[in-house]
Amino acid sequence: MNLTLFVVVLLTAILLVVAAMTIARAISPRTFNKQKGEAYECGVPTRGKSWMQFKVGYYLFAILFLMFDVEAVYLFPWAVTVQDAGINGLLGVLFFIVILVLGLAYAWKKGALEWK
Amino acid sequence: MFDFSVVTHWIDGLLRSFLPEAATIVVECVLIGLCLLVGYALIALALIYAERKICAFFQCRLGPNRVGPYGLCQPFADMFKMLTKEIIEINHVDRFLFNLAPFMVIIASVLAFGCLPFAKGLQVIDFNVGIFFLIAVSSIGIVGILLAGWASNNKYSLIGAMRSGAQMISYELSIGLSIMTLVVFAGTMQITEIVELQNDGWFIFRGHIPAIIAFVIYLVAGTAETNRGPFDLPEAESELTAGYHTEYSGMHFGFFYLAEYLNMFVVSGVASTLFLGGWMPFHVPGWEGFNHVMDYIPSIIWFLGKCAVVMFIIMWFKWTFPRLRIDQLLRLEWKYLVPLNLFNLLLMVVVVVFNLHF
Repeated sequence: MNLTLFVVVLLTAILLVVAAMTIARAISPRTFNKQKGEAYECGVPTRGKSWMQFKVGYYLFAILFLMFDVEAVYLFPWAVTVQDAGINGLLGVLFFIVILVLGLAYAWKKGALEWK
Repeated sequence: MFDFSVVTHWIDGLLRSFLPEAATIVVECVLIGLCLLVGYALIALALIYAERKICAFFQCRLGPNRVGPYGLCQPFADMFKMLTKEIIEINHVDRFLFNLAPFMVIIASVLAFGCLPFAKGLQVIDFNVGIFFLIAVSSIGIVGILLAGWASNNKYSLIGAMRSGAQMISYELSIGLSIMTLVVFAGTMQITEIVELQNDGWFIFRGHIPAIIAFVIYLVAGTAETNRGPFDLPEAESELTAGYHTEYSGMHFGFFYLAEYLNMFVVSGVASTLFLGGWMPFHVPGWEGFNHVMDYIPSIIWFLGKCAVVMFIIMWFKWTFPRLRIDQLLRLEWKYLVPLNLFNLLLMVVVVVFNLHF
């Protein structure tokens, strides 16, 4: 039942975009101009491509994010059952979180969290 | 307390009485889709109006007041203007990805919107992993924004998208961890159950210190997640013109605009569901008469009212604080919020295990 509803909502979202785009394309004006298709760069012609190598700083944060996000996936099932697990659940996960914090501290010390 | 499932069951029975089984399901699915779209559009229009008015009052202006009484028809006029604007074809874009990006952004916001409990019995998707599902689908929006920036083949867009990607994935961590803190307290991820559990008091009161810390972290991270307020550097207009949607025009741009407002609604909806009791009225255990009086206010008004309060706070952030730099933004997340969040999670576990909550 829920899966059907999920598909219904997904289709609704797709339909919304398709319908609005169809209406917009039908009623909006069209004019042709050579300059109009240029990339916008505050009036001057653009130089070079924009599909290029980019600052590596963003990549470091993406890797760190991956580590913590996987951790979140592991912790969610534990979060649901922690009330039944009691003190054992606390001690078990304490170990896990300490290792994670050590990882974060290592990244911090290595300067991965600095923006250079 | 009025239960909306009475209405849905009545419609179900009515349709079944004169339609075959399969046709009933199809009609119901269409009805659900229509209701969802109407709700989505109405909330977006209301939010656009509210944002413009609130922004005006913060800056000692009047805001829109010419189109209709108090300018109430302004968002409709805006919507029709956006529909009738030309959709400009840019020469050097990656056309497929360029057109795909609005889909991703809208799909993420509509799916997350469908998970919210608007009133008792008025919720479309109710998985047993509800809140986890909500985080998962709302993160599809990041893909849309990155695609938009990359496919535009424009330097402003690329910088905006990269900043946005770094910001949104970083702050998603805080959102996940602060939600996890509350899941520890509730012991379930199903949204209806989370709301039902707040019958004797909202989680922000029952969970006292860790819940309040988690609420503050959630508000900060939620504001960053919607690219708003002091965290709007993906589209910082004074440096990047419009960030990742520089090359989008007409309705194409309208989708990003729409999704931004709806994401703000989803963030405040989740905040009110988890911390402020969702559609649950304000109950004080032991005060029977008071609780009965509170029950007379319809649940949908409670939910929308709580959302409105949270949204007002988010708008207040936007019009009060100056924009952060990218290094300040990432430092705030990784050096302050993540360690605080992990500590807060352990604090909540201690509170739950040793039964220190109300």
